[in-house]
Amino acid sequence: MATQLPEPIIEQTYYLNMGPQHPSTHGVLRLFLKLDGEYIIEADPIIGYGHRGHEKMAESHLYEQFLPNASRMDYLSGLIFNHGYVAAIEKMAGIEVPPRAEYIRVICAELNRISSHLLWFGTYIMDLGGFTPFLYAFDDREIILDILDRVTGSRLTYSYCRVGGVAKDVDDEFIAATRGFIQRLRSRWEDYHNLVTKNVIFIHRTKGVGVINREIALRFGCSGPVLRAAGVVYDIRRVEPYSVYPDLQFEIPTGTAGDAFDRYMVRLQEIEQSLRIIEQALERLPEGPIRGRAPRNVRPPRGDSYFAVEAARGALGFYIVSDGTRYPYRLKVRAPSFGNLQVLTEMLPGTLVADTISILGSIDIVVPEIDR
Amino acid sequence: MSFDDFREELRKVVDPAAIRASDHGIKGYSLEVTARSDQVGRIARAARDTDLFLEAISGVDFTDCFQVVYFFNGFGAGSRVQVRVKVNKGESLPTISTVYDAALWHEREVFDLFGIAFDNHPNLRRLLLPEDADFHPLRKDFGKVHAVRSTDEIYGDPTA
Repeated sequence: MATQLPEPIIEQTYYLNMGPQHPSTHGVLRLFLKLDGEYIIEADPIIGYGHRGHEKMAESHLYEQFLPNASRMDYLSGLIFNHGYVAAIEKMAGIEVPPRAEYIRVICAELNRISSHLLWFGTYIMDLGGFTPFLYAFDDREIILDILDRVTGSRLTYSYCRVGGVAKDVDDEFIAATRGFIQRLRSRWEDYHNLVTKNVIFIHRTKGVGVINREIALRFGCSGPVLRAAGVVYDIRRVEPYSVYPDLQFEIPTGTAGDAFDRYMVRLQEIEQSLRIIEQALERLPEGPIRGRAPRNVRPPRGDSYFAVEAARGALGFYIVSDGTRYPYRLKVRAPSFGNLQVLTEMLPGTLVADTISILGSIDIVVPEIDR
Repeated sequence: MSFDDFREELRKVVDPAAIRASDHGIKGYSLEVTARSDQVGRIARAARDTDLFLEAISGVDFTDCFQVVYFFNGFGAGSRVQVRVKVNKGESLPTISTVYDAALWHEREVFDLFGIAFDNHPNLRRLLLPEDADFHPLRKDFGKVHAVRSTDEIYGDPTA
């Protein structure tokens, strides 16, 4: 017989561990949630499961030896990390890069940005319960991986850039395949929007969910699509132009509300802009050498330097302290997802557990990049 | 609010001789500020009030002391500011997490990797390493490093 409690329990809070092995956390992230029924009272993202000590490794390696590490932080936009690291050294040591190499870097980096956004698109919709768009996105992404595989030799963890240039020249087949990809993705763009953007379930799960406005973004140091969805026109490619970006025409898509739907739209529009950039870069791709004059072992002058690039997830920074030798004295990586994840401590309280998936997905984190 | 406002505010907080302009194209930041630990809080408030965000906090270990490096940045071109604070070994820094929420994690990371404590931080526990770790890996006496230098060897006057 059931025992009658003297008084009904009105409120009870409990804790829920989401992760570290949850499918929607995309990596080893643990969200420690304090719940009142289905509502979140407190959220504590616990990171560090994938900490490999990249920054420590740098201190005992030559600048060139650290090259493969850069793309292993963010394995989805590895080429942009690779490019950023190499460009940071070049700027510090004053090494010139031939224009052909710069254009190749930009083309490959933008292809990588598209592949990263396509993966995000597929998995985000899958987190929300739609399986089909995932197949569309991976179908297109596979072409990029094949193109990059041919020229760089790897599918995800690229070590393509070299100090003073790139490792391998591109050929006509690369150019033809890239042109073909641009055409193909554009022809399928309407399908993407018909499948997802106009889907009423998707709209209900993203509109007004997880609003990150300008003020919150400023407090937490958010960057990338998360910041731009809040209406801030801030893109490192425009604010602190590097490589050949000043010569290329592109727009910076922004949102207005700063909710999950706006972040989705910003990323989709960014893919279109990246296609534009690649198209122009292919047109202008100059002839010439792909490796400039760079010393075998680079020795940046004594002192420090900060270099930022726009990675797929936001502002990526390399802070290098050099003691004038062939080894970095200190290498600090400012990971874009770091601030974008921390904002969850502010966003999640007051929302439903079901929305956690939508908010976490819309932020697009890559945990190994935060853990380093 | 603009970057120039911040520069004005900064002059009120720190000695103008400690503020140096640097070439953004080479260094990546427009202002280089050498501050004392008791000035950090006021600098951070000035940065917040002039619409800058906290980009990163990093530590650097030297033979004689730690240097904690703050990066503030705005949404305009060339508005990154480096604030460098000397922290003697065994000493702590005041927290700026009351000013910037982002500092909650950045300071935890510096504490985790360097063992530099931040006074009045509401939740100063390890961020990346397991909670039972008994070492601070980015100190130069831990693991394998190429060199240990003094502050002057890196940041000192290059002509001296």
